[in-house]
Amino acid sequence: MIGASSIRKEGRAKVTGAACYTDDKFAPGALHGVTVRSSVPRGILRGISFGPGVPWDEVTVVTAADIPGINLVASVVDDQPFLVALGGEIAHAEQPVLLLAHQDRETAERARRAVRLEVEELPAVLDIQSSLDLAQVIHGADNLLKEIVIEKGDPGPAWARAATIVEAEYRTGAQEQMYLEPNAMLAEVERDADGVRISVWGSLQCPYYVHGALKQLFGQPDDRVRVVAMEVGGGFGGKEDYPSLNAGHAALLSWKSGKPVKLIYDREEDLAATTKRHPSRTRIRTGFDAGGLLVAAEVDFVLDGGAFTTLSPVVLGRGAVHALGVYRCPDLRIHARAVATNTPPPGAFRGFGAPQSLFAIERHMDLCAERLGLDPVELRRRNFLATGDTMATGQLVRERLDLGGIMDRALAEIGYFGKRRAFALATGDPVKRGVGFSVFMHGCGFTGSGEAHMASVAGVEGLEDGSVSVLAASTEMGQGKNTVFAQIVAEALSLPLELVEVAQTDTARVPNSGPTVASRSTMMVGRILQDAACGLKLSLVQQGLLREPYTPGEFRAAVKAARALGPVKSYGQFRANPTTVWDDVRYRGDAYPDYSWACYATEVAVDTLTYEVAVTDFVAVQEVGRVVNPVMAAGQIEGGVAQGIGWGLWEEVVMQRGRMANNQMTNYIIPTTEDLPPIRTVFLEQPGPGGPGGAKGIGELPMDGPAPALLNAVQAALRGTMGTLRLDEVPLTPDRLLDRCEEAAHA
Amino acid sequence: MPDSISLTLKVNGLERTVEAHPFARLLDVIREQLGLTGTKEGCGEGECGACTVLLDGRVVNSCLVPAAQAQGAELVTVEGLEQDGELSKVQSAFLNHNAAQCGFCTPGMLLAATDLLGRCPSPRDGEVRAGLAGNLCRCTGYVKIIDAVREAAEGGAAR
Repeated sequence: MIGASSIRKEGRAKVTGAACYTDDKFAPGALHGVTVRSSVPRGILRGISFGPGVPWDEVTVVTAADIPGINLVASVVDDQPFLVALGGEIAHAEQPVLLLAHQDRETAERARRAVRLEVEELPAVLDIQSSLDLAQVIHGADNLLKEIVIEKGDPGPAWARAATIVEAEYRTGAQEQMYLEPNAMLAEVERDADGVRISVWGSLQCPYYVHGALKQLFGQPDDRVRVVAMEVGGGFGGKEDYPSLNAGHAALLSWKSGKPVKLIYDREEDLAATTKRHPSRTRIRTGFDAGGLLVAAEVDFVLDGGAFTTLSPVVLGRGAVHALGVYRCPDLRIHARAVATNTPPPGAFRGFGAPQSLFAIERHMDLCAERLGLDPVELRRRNFLATGDTMATGQLVRERLDLGGIMDRALAEIGYFGKRRAFALATGDPVKRGVGFSVFMHGCGFTGSGEAHMASVAGVEGLEDGSVSVLAASTEMGQGKNTVFAQIVAEALSLPLELVEVAQTDTARVPNSGPTVASRSTMMVGRILQDAACGLKLSLVQQGLLREPYTPGEFRAAVKAARALGPVKSYGQFRANPTTVWDDVRYRGDAYPDYSWACYATEVAVDTLTYEVAVTDFVAVQEVGRVVNPVMAAGQIEGGVAQGIGWGLWEEVVMQRGRMANNQMTNYIIPTTEDLPPIRTVFLEQPGPGGPGGAKGIGELPMDGPAPALLNAVQAALRGTMGTLRLDEVPLTPDRLLDRCEEAAHA
Repeated sequence: MPDSISLTLKVNGLERTVEAHPFARLLDVIREQLGLTGTKEGCGEGECGACTVLLDGRVVNSCLVPAAQAQGAELVTVEGLEQDGELSKVQSAFLNHNAAQCGFCTPGMLLAATDLLGRCPSPRDGEVRAGLAGNLCRCTGYVKIIDAVREAAEGGAAR
């Protein structure tokens, strides 16, 4: 079963239109909710007035003063209010100030436009540099949301051994997840003698994050809150932490009005207000000895964390751990900071900090190769991590690791050396061609002690008809969780796939198997499910109801017999590997239980008249452990590569006074069918120790490689024609490439 | 101005009459008055194609079409592709190739693909890409979608 390209469990519902997403759920009498937001990035809320032309007596209005519990979203640090209180500080544009609901959508929208906010504006901090310069102190004493230092050896004296030192700065922009289904939430709050009972159905990745947030918002115990994940129309991290906020908003409106409330964002609101990938600035200084070996490195990695802490400390941690990429370096220092600005808080987006720092190091390695007069292939090969080496955090590479082999496979697939020679000879054509590549890794699961703290639980249940249901809080958002979990459990129980279904993600029924993030579902939750399934089988055997080997019919009969005695459930829980050591303060030790490794290679055509870059070929070679479902895994890689290409070339969030100016699909450009090349995916499978059947994480890896590979290819295409071209920032839009080419021409 | 207008149209082969706001979008009438929630709203401005339906045999973004314009028209939504419990060739190919991931673009994509194969039964790769260029997908990188459309095309035109 593991290793088969089983058909998607909910596939038929998705191709017939029967799949039920949040806004498809019928809620009789539901009101339409809307959110009134700040238009200024920073200030004090002095007043709220309700303009004419609206039947205000029919409109449900919720302000911060109505909140029954704590007006802070439960997160890593609780500093983000659900609503700005009168007299309170507005910390970013688009910050929610009050909520309205009406049975008629148009009236609700008219009411939203009729609200006037009286705000005493304060000077705002809108970018990384102003925040670091303390232009205004907006968070603590130093504007730092989080600071991490990773040290190995002592780079101080090591610089003396360096024959060549290369120093450069890299930048990456924000990126919108652009799930096709905007954020959506339906809430129904009932009052009874004991208080309130809060239920929400939503488009979300982390039901128990929302559960925790609603408990705190309403001051209610566990069993008074129920969170159900509907079919999710894409997440990519964008529905990791934000749904804690909009679920709270929908629930407040329902609580106040006594009616169900639908809070469905339109695209413009979703783009303007919800989380994005953190913008970054990375400075790297590397020293190489005469043999081209890396002897010292310093990385200064800074993320724009926006107005509240949200997930920034964790995003920063992952970015910092990945900052030196796949290279061996004895003496290094990585200084990572997430700074506060008065912009809408960024959040999770596939890759979670790693794409930013890996972009920097993988562009930097090509720059170093050029300075050293070495081929980028050769420089990397000399410095690759190998079995027995230690990574930046001191983590020992225990597995059999052959990065050279992964790289060689990708270069062979794309025809790297032949094309490089051919393209160098093709002069005179205004369209320049180039090939480039990147080599990188992605840590699987939470960083450091995250999994141990989470202590996830998942289970299996024998049903009335003798079939089995999977009980886990992981949500299906297209990645294939339903199918992969069913495959893992079916394999563990030696059952056909049809006998295993996956229960709807409903906190009233499933245990907390943790959030659906961090490439952890298959590897971490899958492993727990494997244990739970084995436990179920064992208990049936020990009760004398089942004997191995058995047929599916015998298994079903055993489950039915066991159900006569009571519920047939078996749970498993995360178990830390006893050899894993992690120091959360010093960021030392085993940052991840496993890593997936990859080399992505691409070919581009750069039009030197229009400065457009066309991607003409793309090869993705990765070692991701045992692949549970090859077709779905390839789908993850292809989709991640497409997002990576978009981030590298086209997707630009334009900010004006702290607000997104291009918050429409018309002018925030994601790839269409005509923009992408065929994406060729190769899996090299070396079973990892942590996951079920040797599986490792897949989901985020493909986001890490495309952007640096593309810019390396563009640099190669323009080598010799443009002087010293500084390609150090994504997205590399035609405007930006034109600017950089003109800068090179005038240098 | 009247509060509502009466619309009669043929929906997936059946004649239906509904009352709608005079300026309602066809998308809202499909989802709310006709109760066919397979058609999705991804942007409301004709960019993403999630609301794609066939109106009198032509592909339209139903978020941009005033419902009044559908008076007397023939409408096909994703719910109309399956016939007597049997998936259309395009639907089967999407299922077999894992061309639907999150599934939100899928209904619109299926109708765009059905329309393409109706016009162009054996499309070349470039024709498939051009035929689907008005439908955005954020999950797949389009590889499996294009594979599915090619497979559906191989057996001749889709229904």
